[in-house]
Parts: sequence; structure tokens; C-alpha cells
Amino acid sequence: MTQSLNIKDSKTSLPIKSPILEIKDLKKSFGKNHVLNGFNLELFEGENVVIMGRSGSGKSVMIKCLVGLLEPDSGSIKVMGKDISTLNPFDLNALRTDIGFLFQGSALYDSMTVRENLEFPLRRHKRKFEQGTNTTDLVIEVLESVGLVDAIDLMPAELSGGMQRRVALARTLILKPKIILYDEPTSGLDPITAKEIIELMRRVQHQYKTSSLIITHDVDCARVVSERIILLIDGINYLEGNFEQLKHSKDEKVKAFFK
Amino acid sequence: MMNLILIKSFFVEIGELAYFARRFFKELVKKPFEFSEFLKQCFHIGNRSFLLVGVTAFIIGLVITLQTRPTLEEFGAESWMPSMVSISIIREVGPVIIALTFAGRIASGIGAELGSMRVTEQIDAMEVSGTNPFNFLVVTRVLAATLMLPILVILGDAIALYGSYIVEHLKGDVSFQLYFNKVFNALEFGDIIPATVKTYFFGFAIGLVGCFKGYNCNKGTVGVGKAANSAVVFSSMLLFIIDFIAVFVTDIFFEI
Repeated sequence: MTQSLNIKDSKTSLPIKSPILEIKDLKKSFGKNHVLNGFNLELFEGENVVIMGRSGSGKSVMIKCLVGLLEPDSGSIKVMGKDISTLNPFDLNALRTDIGFLFQGSALYDSMTVRENLEFPLRRHKRKFEQGTNTTDLVIEVLESVGLVDAIDLMPAELSGGMQRRVALARTLILKPKIILYDEPTSGLDPITAKEIIELMRRVQHQYKTSSLIITHDVDCARVVSERIILLIDGINYLEGNFEQLKHSKDEKVKAFFK
Repeated sequence: MMNLILIKSFFVEIGELAYFARRFFKELVKKPFEFSEFLKQCFHIGNRSFLLVGVTAFIIGLVITLQTRPTLEEFGAESWMPSMVSISIIREVGPVIIALTFAGRIASGIGAELGSMRVTEQIDAMEVSGTNPFNFLVVTRVLAATLMLPILVILGDAIALYGSYIVEHLKGDVSFQLYFNKVFNALEFGDIIPATVKTYFFGFAIGLVGCFKGYNCNKGTVGVGKAANSAVVFSSMLLFIIDFIAVFVTDIFFEI
């Protein structure tokens, strides 16, 4: 049973408009392993929501269902009012340009330079921009926003973990998405680099005015970037609220995350 | 019981490969065609294999001639050497050995490359950026392998015949012109055309199996190794099946 804490008092909440992303009763199993058992979510325009949960609780499965990488067993996913299960491949690809996805391991194309990595999504979707828009200008613009213009001609293998994550964020931003999905954005990074990435995420959210769905175990990350946190336990949203409310919760399962 | 499971999994794999091939043909006619990636793959696949194919072919030419010569000498038939070597190389030995060498290099390379892209979520990243990874990765590689293998086989056959000529020149003092006159007199279209046509099928099978194994790879880095390994085994086995069918069909139309 989902418990929802009152978040109206939150000082950090942004003006709430319309739901840009809506998940209803999402279920997904792998054989006998029931990963998602009726997950629900509403993400509003300009809002940043963090999903926390233990490893294997279905966070990554949920986020992959959102972009059509996995097909849910049941439930509905609406992105900007469009039910993704009803879209044909062409429309799904068009919709995907409005959803940025930052992968846990950065997922940079290792046979391409940073420039080619960033140009790759533009190959098919340059029509999203005004005619005459220069690809190099777009690449430099997003690299400037993550502070890595000097790395433009380097290969991913020549970059540190933190730099790779920043390039991956730049690649996510190049199509100017309305929603960014972050899958463990700070995992595998040292605390200082993780802080830099968190700061960068905040800056990007303000600069590009995106809505964000962030999956993380990192309490610091959740505290800084979220307006709302959802705890995903046993495949359902166990508890919902802002950081302070969850931190002071008496529930033992919730306490375990904030120790 | 174990054998039954193995046989069943083999046929399941064949079915999945057929489905993958169907998807390849569907994506092949879809626009846009990734022409620059296709050219890049042609260069990589052709260039990467040329040295290996060249050395292998040269040694095949040398060895076949060295081992056959004493037997022909016994019957005083060493003048038949260029004809015999050229027919065996052009019809069968050249295409099959070069295709096997190509499979070892290219199927495993493609399997490992796409496999590691799968496990590091690079293929997923392409998909969520709204591009078609199948078109970009699979169609280009399969086409490049299909078109590059026949070229490599033609070059390899020429190198193998040159290797054979060197042995003939050293052992029998045969001139270059005489040797290759005899080679071309012995060869007919019925030797060259079916042998060349079947290499397109070999190349297609090698590219397709490499991509199939890599694209569907899972289970982490262990899966990448398995994908590379099984791509070579599966494509080599397919080569022999295709070769059998090709020889059978050739026999009907050209009366070998």
C-alpha cells in the first residue's frame, strides 16, 4: 500500500503544471521473478523526482520500460500524453528525442570520438532544430554546459569516469529533451567527482528547464536534486515525500536508506 | 536426454537466426542507408583480413603443389600440375579455406564488438536516442562482409596460384607465362562462376552469424567471450552446409 506524505510544505518545490510523464499500475516479471508489481508515478513539468530502492528492486527495469527498451507485462506509460505502447516505431523514435537517458555506465560509443558521440543522435533528428543550425555549434554548446570543450576530439577511453559521465550527459542534452532519466548518475565515482556531477545535474536542470527522473542510492544526490522522493520496495511505490520527511520517517525500511 | 536438449537448442538457434535474417532484409530496404558506416566497415573488414587471407592462400598454394608433385611425377604427369592445382583452388580449396579464415577473424570480431556494445548498453543508448542500431550496426556489417569476402577470395586464389607457380618454377623450371597459360586453359566459367557466387553466401552467413551472436549477447563479459566463440563455430558449420548445397546445385547446372 502506497503511503504519500504531504509535500506542500517543501521549500524546494517548483510551480507544478501538468503531468509530463504518467505511469499507472506498471507490472513486469522475468519468469517467476516479479520485479514490478503495480508501480505508479506522475512526473510534472519542471519537477525532479528521485526513485530510491535496493538493488534488484526494479528501478532500472522501470526506467527501461519508460523508453521502450523493455515491454511491460501490464500497466500504462504515458509520456507527454502519448501512451508508448500504442506508438509505432517511427513515432516512438520521435518521442524518444524528447527523453534523455543517462546510463549508469555512461554507454559512450567507444569507437567514436567525443564529437562523433555527440553528433550521433543528430544524424536522424537534426530536423528538430532550425534549418541551417550548425552541428558543431550544437556540440560545442552542450560541451560548454558540461565544461568539457577541450575533450572534443578525445576517445572515450582517454577520459576519466567523471568526464565520461559528463560527456554522456552532454550527449543526452544535445537533442534538447524535455525529460531526462538518470540511471545511477553518481555510481562508481569518487565522492568529489560525484558532487561535481550532482552540481552539474542541478545546473543543467535549471539551464535546460528539464523534468528529471533520477534513480539513485546516493542520499546526497537525492537531497540536492530532488523535490520529491519515491521509495520503490517490492516493486511498488512504498513511500513518497520530500527528503526531510523521508529522512525523519519512523518506518524501519525507510530508515535503512538514510542511516 | 542431454543430446535431445542440445538438438532442440540448435534448432531454436537456427529459427532465431532465420528471424534475424528476416529482420536484416526488412531493414535493408528501409531508408536512410548508413552509407558512410558501410564504407567504413568494408575498409575494416577487407583491410583487416587481407594480410591473413594472403598469407594463408600463399601457403595453401605452396603446400598443395609440394604435396601433389611427387605423386604426379610418379606417373609422369607433372605437366598437369597447373590445371589440377588451379581447379582445386578455384572450385573448392580457395573459397572454403579463405572463408574459414575470414570467419575466424571477422565473425569473432563482429561478435565481440557488438557483444561488448550490448553489455555496456551502447546499443540501448543508440536506441533511446531515436536512431536505429540494427540499421547502423547490423545491416552495414553484414553487407560489408557479403561484398568483401568474394573480393578476398579472388585475391586469395590469385595469391595461392602464385604460390603454386613458385614451387613449379623452382622444381620444374616452368615459366610464369607457361604456368598461367595452363591455368587459364584448364579453367572454365563452370569453375569460376559458381565458386564466386557461393562466396557471397559465405560472406553473408559469416556477417549475419557474427552480428546475430553479438547483437543478442547478454550475461556480461562472459557472454561477450561466448558470443565471439560461438560466432566462429556456428558460422564455420554454416559454411560447410552452404558449400554442400552449392556443390549440389552446381552439379545440376554445370555438370562438374
